[in-house]
Amino acid sequence: MTIEELEQVAKSVCQENDKYDFEVNVCMDLACMSQGADHLREALEKAAGASGKNVLVRRTGCMGPCSSGPLVRVDPEEHLYHHVKADNADAIVASLGGPPVPELQCDLNDHFDRQVRVVLENAGYIDPEKIDDYIGRDGYKALLTALTEMTPNGVIHRITESGLRGRGGGGYPTGLKWGTVAKASGELKYVVCNGDEGDPGAFMDRSVMEGDPHRVIEGMAIAAYAVGASKGFIYVRAEYPVAVSRLTTAIREARRRGLLGNGICNTPFSFDVEIRLGAGAFVCGEETALIASIEGKRGTPRPRPPYPAVSGLFGKPTLINNVETYANVAPIVRNGGKWFANMGSERSKGTKVFALTGKIANTGLVEVPMGIKLREIIEVIGGGVPGGHQFKAVQTGGPSGGCIPAEMLDLGVSYDALMAVGSIMGSGGMIVMDDTSCMVNVARFFVEFCMTESCGKCIPCRAGTAQMFTLLTRICAGLGTMDDLDLLISLCETIKETSLCGLGMTAPNPVLSTIKYFRNEYIEHIVNKRCPAGVCNIEAPVAVSAEVLA
Amino acid sequence: MRKNGFARNALIETLHTVQSAFGYLDDDSIRFVALSLRVPLSQAYGVVTFYHYFSLKPPGKHTMTICAGTACYIKGADKLIAAAEKRLGVARGQTTSDGQISLMTARCVGACSRAPVVLCDGAVAGEMAAEPMLEQLERWAVE
Repeated sequence: MTIEELEQVAKSVCQENDKYDFEVNVCMDLACMSQGADHLREALEKAAGASGKNVLVRRTGCMGPCSSGPLVRVDPEEHLYHHVKADNADAIVASLGGPPVPELQCDLNDHFDRQVRVVLENAGYIDPEKIDDYIGRDGYKALLTALTEMTPNGVIHRITESGLRGRGGGGYPTGLKWGTVAKASGELKYVVCNGDEGDPGAFMDRSVMEGDPHRVIEGMAIAAYAVGASKGFIYVRAEYPVAVSRLTTAIREARRRGLLGNGICNTPFSFDVEIRLGAGAFVCGEETALIASIEGKRGTPRPRPPYPAVSGLFGKPTLINNVETYANVAPIVRNGGKWFANMGSERSKGTKVFALTGKIANTGLVEVPMGIKLREIIEVIGGGVPGGHQFKAVQTGGPSGGCIPAEMLDLGVSYDALMAVGSIMGSGGMIVMDDTSCMVNVARFFVEFCMTESCGKCIPCRAGTAQMFTLLTRICAGLGTMDDLDLLISLCETIKETSLCGLGMTAPNPVLSTIKYFRNEYIEHIVNKRCPAGVCNIEAPVAVSAEVLA
Repeated sequence: MRKNGFARNALIETLHTVQSAFGYLDDDSIRFVALSLRVPLSQAYGVVTFYHYFSLKPPGKHTMTICAGTACYIKGADKLIAAAEKRLGVARGQTTSDGQISLMTARCVGACSRAPVVLCDGAVAGEMAAEPMLEQLERWAVE
């Protein structure tokens, strides 16, 4: 396919869409599907057919505020409806061309106004299983522009200029990584997309893969051109069957259009992608473990160097980036590095997608410019803590991250700022906790997770997480001593410094950050044998009566 | 296997296919896969036991999977698990003695915005409370 042909397709898509007077977009993301979005779509199609109006009912990816699902957006008026049931289909179709259905109208202006959509620009606007929909919104334009008008070095330069950093959590500069792989010697190189979103409580990558799969493929193809690779693998968790099936469809359609395969766009560049399934191992998010898993082995990490950029998959130079990183590539190539660098904070550029969950009113997917204050995300976009409860902490970075207390909510979100307070950006999970969550118990939960997920290769992680878990269990049961607390801290430091891979090195983060910011909760458990949040089941008689505490 | 050109590195893919066809991986099928892909038995068995997704035991007729991810945990998934364990009389990861219901936990299914989430025979149900979940188990138990 050439650029002219691509434009032709884009034009015909527009003409096709213009034929319809109205578009009814139904969110078909997992969260909305679990609420009956499928029946809703069928009902809408039936109602639209019966009405005689000229209506297109489209299945789309995640629209964002999942807690209001199932969601329906009517275009061109851009009316957003929430909590839509199949019974409402007739009312929605009847309202087309007139005033909206008042009882279904969703007022989330605050939620949307503060967001900037780059990665999610197509989410909610295209059918993920139709390549033409993607092409109609400038899809694959960046790839063909790169192939015909830019040199591989030019592409890398543009990515470097944008200041894009790895969205998987580490925050390594993407341009630098690409440059290293490009310089590595060898005929055969690989690009790998890390879609093993193992961090429990995060689902950004799932939504991107399900809602806009072509964006990931295009990003990978551009990366392959830049580094000189001809083969790509997308490693997806087996827990995401919908993502797998949509990616499979997307790859098939891209091949059919000649956007993957041999001699793309009449250039010598050839590239193809295969999907590889994970099988439920958190450690496979670590790049060397991920490589082992793609090779069909146990997913255990190995010491670096050599880095995958030099010797990775099957011993060849390999570029590994996260789903969201690849999703940023096409807009950067299209709009230029400076455009991207204008967004965000000084050292963290662009936007970041967060999965907002836990004790918060508007759970769902949000995309915000880097540098935005945590308070804005939680109180304005997220709508605050519901049920009259008090905000206690926000957990970022999953089992590798930390808990950030209320007094630090004015922190601007960036890789470095989060690192400085003992947490990490991570892949973008953001779990809000209120006064009914016990921080000791939460720390124990994460340690238990890391303990089961430790691959067992290195001792600090294998034995250390088990010891941390024992200590935390004792404290939770009201059997801990103050010595245990000191022991826990020194154990954490040891594990942090001596573990082989990221899993072990970051496993103590939830413990250390909760001890740092919520030490009094630990002391309550240890000294007063009492769980302030009432979560831990402490059998021992309560030593101090409630009035003394008050 | 043919789809992947009998490639050794497609071991995990092949095991996925076998498990989705038979529900679990027994000794014979692991042996067969290892032999066909020319992979040492130790590697095949090692892979099967390393990854949580693979099961060596046959599943029950129905499977109730409770998500134990962080968001679900914060919203009380542990109480759901305890309630289900009590009702079925088995621990997580086990199947009732009549082979009717398996109780599983998942690391995270990615539907965190509707936490707590359970999967009834693979169908995602969000914002689950103990009552409707137990009712579902009741229906399965008498089938």
